Amino acid sequence: MPARLRPIPLAGLAAGAALLFGTALALIFFYAPVDADQGLSQKIFYIHVPIALTAYACFGWGAWKALQHLRSRAPGADLESYAAIHQGVIFGALTLLTGSIWARISWGRWWTWSSNQLVTFLILFLFYSAYFMLRYSVEPGPARANMSAVYALFGVVLIPISWLSIRIANDYIHPTVFTTHGPQMSGSMFLAFCVSWAGLLALAATMYRIELAGKRLDARLRELRELLA
Amino acid sequence: MSASEKYVAAAYLVLFVALLVWVAIIAAKLARLERDVDELAELARRRVEREPEREEVSV
Repeated sequence: MPARLRPIPLAGLAAGAALLFGTALALIFFYAPVDADQGLSQKIFYIHVPIALTAYACFGWGAWKALQHLRSRAPGADLESYAAIHQGVIFGALTLLTGSIWARISWGRWWTWSSNQLVTFLILFLFYSAYFMLRYSVEPGPARANMSAVYALFGVVLIPISWLSIRIANDYIHPTVFTTHGPQMSGSMFLAFCVSWAGLLALAATMYRIELAGKRLDARLRELRELLA
Repeated sequence: MSASEKYVAAAYLVLFVALLVWVAIIAAKLARLERDVDELAELARRRVEREPEREEVSV
């Protein structure tokens, strides 16, 4: 049996997130050059794209945990799937907000329905927002856990669709930075981007672990209350 | 401050504010859990007080 990896202590994860994100901010504003084409507004790229990728990662993790629940009824997998999707929705909302701000300065409007990337991401976000309506409309128990897991698995199909939409269709509005020829940016810009993404992933992992700890504590307290009543 | 600077500041501020809101929500949840623990501790203490003292029995 393979040895289980010991999880990083929560305080260490939070400190890592703060260190990485602090470094990312320094790299973004003092190291990466100002884009010749877009000017200063391109600096939004360093948070907008990593936030979107982090949202995808959270939804993917939520789907993985849902699969674990359905396949082996792994204890706690349903709660872990829920917490991951919750983080995904938070990061999804941030993607839409930062994207809108960038769109306003770049295209002169807050939103455009003609961009496949934007619309598919909005569909993905709304799909996972509806997950909570489904979850809380059913009484807690195995039925709710199974239904939520199946829904979470269906949603994960939208991630590659959202990612590939600008590559499949000719989307001239939303820029494509990552092509088959690699990232279309300088080394210093790519470094700032990678550190920012690592920082946001660490932040999402910290938030996920805190939410999970809170939910588990809540459940144990409820159990204790029932025993003492 | 140029228009670009304002929009860049706004985008980063959105992330910062979201993080602050999340911290505030977690703080509220933590306060509720603390109240729950206090309530349960009180419940357990009253229960111990109500129960008659148990005699020691040699086994």
